[in-house]
Amino acid sequence: MNMVRMGSGLLLLMLVGVAGIASADDGFYSWLLTLDRKGEIAPLVNETYKEECGSCHFPYQPGLLPSGSWKKLLSPSALEDHFGENAELDEDVRLQLLAVLEKSAAETSYYKRSRKIMASLKDATPLRITEVPYIQRAHHEVPARLIKKNDKVKSLSYCDACHQKADKGIYDDDTVSIPGHGAWTW
Amino acid sequence: MHRLLLTLLLLLTSVTVLAAAKIPTSLPKLFDHYAADSAQPFDAERGKALWLKQNPAEDGKMRDCTTCHGDALDQSGKHIKTGKVVDPMAPSVNKERYTDLKKVEKWFKRNCKWTFGRECTAQEKGDILKYLSLH
Repeated sequence: MNMVRMGSGLLLLMLVGVAGIASADDGFYSWLLTLDRKGEIAPLVNETYKEECGSCHFPYQPGLLPSGSWKKLLSPSALEDHFGENAELDEDVRLQLLAVLEKSAAETSYYKRSRKIMASLKDATPLRITEVPYIQRAHHEVPARLIKKNDKVKSLSYCDACHQKADKGIYDDDTVSIPGHGAWTW
Repeated sequence: MHRLLLTLLLLLTSVTVLAAAKIPTSLPKLFDHYAADSAQPFDAERGKALWLKQNPAEDGKMRDCTTCHGDALDQSGKHIKTGKVVDPMAPSVNKERYTDLKKVEKWFKRNCKWTFGRECTAQEKGDILKYLSLH
């Protein structure tokens, strides 16, 4: 009995030690060893981002793209032609938002979906979340009539049209309800 | 040393808050603001003409302000591409309108460029506001 208690104490100590080392650095081994393992994607907390970006479209979580992508998207010239729209920002706001996005970009996150996004991208830095291989793979089996040809959805870009908890960073199958169709079952 | 860090942190936080802060304003204040750089008194008819002026866009279609704001100023519009609901422009039904200079300037800049392919002058902004303020 004493041995068991000592053993579990030692194990706990080891785990705490490992977690401490892991948080010091962001490499693969630290991810492997960390206890800071999280499901889904980090929810969005920045109010300025919600206001500035969310006033036109779903405020995509920073963990959906790597910082290289955000950097390209938030350059002054890119914002002037933001997928055909003018989304120019005051320089102080632009820098503030870029900092928010870079700080929580996919490669900095321990959240499951950010890890999968990074693994699928390798070194690519796409401008569209819909070009991320993991995102494409995850929607591969959903037929066009439910997304593209569905008047109530129209495009994969409208995350929250089907993912009912997308605003909380939850994209689980269980939370999907496709307009005009209902729950998604595999 | 700790105090220095704390001061720095406080300073940084206040800058961050400032960056997003609104600049409270009102229609009379906005008219004063734009009048400083305008040659003529603001005119609702000229504003209306601008609001309805058709401009060719890159996609070959014609654009005017109603493309996204809708035909009735006291009702919501819908963005032609994203489908996002645009709240009514009429101050009589939308009390939030024209209360933040930063917001007014941001959208004038974006939307004049998107619709007319250039920024609007202070005179044009004042004329458009005059027209919108009557609703």
